[in-house]
Amino acid sequence: MMNEQDFIVQADRFLNGEMDSSERIAFERYCEGNPAAAEQLATHRLFLQQLKHHADRAAFKSTLTVVADRYHRPNTTVAEGRWEPMLVALWNRFKVNSLVAASVAIIAVFSTLWLSGYYKTIEKTTTNYSALRRDMNTVKQNVNAQNAVIRNINNEKQKEGQSEGHFGATGFIISPNGYVVTNYHVVKDADSVHLQNTKGESLRADVIYIDPTNDLAMLHISDSAFSPLKTTPYTFKESDSDLGEDVYTIGFPRDEVVYGQGYLSSRTGYAGDTTAYQLSIPVNPGNSGGPVIDSRGQVIGIISGKQTGIDGASFAIKAEALLKSISAIPMDSLASKLTINRKNSLNGLKRTDQIKKIQEYVYLVKVY
Amino acid sequence: MSDADLKTVDGIACGDAAVLESLYHDYFPMVLHMVIQNNGTEEEAKDIFQEAVIVLYDKIKQGNFELSSKLKTYIYSVCRRLWLKQLGSQERAFQDVSSYEEVIPVEDDLAKHRETEVQLSLMEQALDKLGEPCRTIIHDFYIMNLSMQEICEKFGYTSADNAKNQKYKCLQRLKRLFFSTR
Repeated sequence: MMNEQDFIVQADRFLNGEMDSSERIAFERYCEGNPAAAEQLATHRLFLQQLKHHADRAAFKSTLTVVADRYHRPNTTVAEGRWEPMLVALWNRFKVNSLVAASVAIIAVFSTLWLSGYYKTIEKTTTNYSALRRDMNTVKQNVNAQNAVIRNINNEKQKEGQSEGHFGATGFIISPNGYVVTNYHVVKDADSVHLQNTKGESLRADVIYIDPTNDLAMLHISDSAFSPLKTTPYTFKESDSDLGEDVYTIGFPRDEVVYGQGYLSSRTGYAGDTTAYQLSIPVNPGNSGGPVIDSRGQVIGIISGKQTGIDGASFAIKAEALLKSISAIPMDSLASKLTINRKNSLNGLKRTDQIKKIQEYVYLVKVY
Repeated sequence: MSDADLKTVDGIACGDAAVLESLYHDYFPMVLHMVIQNNGTEEEAKDIFQEAVIVLYDKIKQGNFELSSKLKTYIYSVCRRLWLKQLGSQERAFQDVSSYEEVIPVEDDLAKHRETEVQLSLMEQALDKLGEPCRTIIHDFYIMNLSMQEICEKFGYTSADNAKNQKYKCLQRLKRLFFSTR
């Protein structure tokens, strides 16, 4: 009977296959003849298996962890091994630079186009429609320059004032107590509106109603110097006029009143606009808002614009649209009643006499 | 099983790093997709995949390893099962995770894996309690197969007999620790 320690040593050697055959047989015999030893051997064997298993598994786990770390670490193992085409490599390297350069180029191109007024030109050329208000900035600048020379005052505020828009156009009386109609595009963005009659008197006016869809604006003369006129000599024709109708207009393409004559050339306006006529009549910037009158002294429309690049294509808003627009004005908000004359006092008169009567009712609209 | 799968299985059995790497390369994206699609994060996918590889290792280590399906299907099934269990334990919502791949039952393997895990954690605890230098002596003798003479030199014992005594005491203590915690 050997002691436990010796037995374990023997067992280790036995299990490791370190015994030669005679020792082996002797050890096996000993175990067979000794059940306690056999059991001890079995336990020892199982225990060592477990121990070994544990060690193997621990080793495997640590290998696995290393592999996993290497796999999950981005771009070290993967990128090193992969060969990238030169183009891709270059792109990766200069990607940011090229994107920045591209965006700078795009911004530069479009801002240059914008600054040089390219888009405005496009807009102008694509519409072909030109509103006939007269830009008086050039005149005003000259006057201001003269004033500056004379007074030798260099005031910042005056300079600011110079940059404001200054337009001229035409307007005419629709109701003798001071209601005047003109185009919306004339008074748009206006700080103040003044009306000047043929005698040269200047009167202050307020915009009381705008109708951007029909390009119409109603003004009311709020100046105390204004004395109500007699009823308008002209009336407004609600029905459509016929093609070839002989028409004329009075307006202010310059500071003096100007007469223009022509005929109605189409029942529709720019781009088939049914609320306007096409006229063949010489009009210029400043004629906007002028009345279009037929031979019997009826207002059939209001000059609003002309088509650029086409000869003799002027446009006038139909009187029907004007009347509709007038009826849309909330009457409660008016200072005095707006009355439309129904009795024509021009019919049968000679053209020159008609004009004499009418011109009192036509104003030069000055917009600041 | 295909030749490629057999090769992979052998590689796993001996803990071949290259094989493990290709295992990640071939199958991890699929598992990542499955986990991400079902409320998981990349970190969780990594853990799930690692555990699945260990399940596979345990199964291989039990001997007479056989698969009725492709290795890919097996790994996917294990990962899916593990992920469903994790979602369930955290009471997180999951959508249908079945439709992506073919799935085979892996419950038995997972049960065995858990059993092994418990067994080995007992061994781990016992070894932890055993402490140094006993742990290293045992490891060197039984796992690294160093001779008593080498151990004697390594630990600076005056004689091989001394080392033998020490080793015997360590072994007895480890056995006591291991069997007492059962």
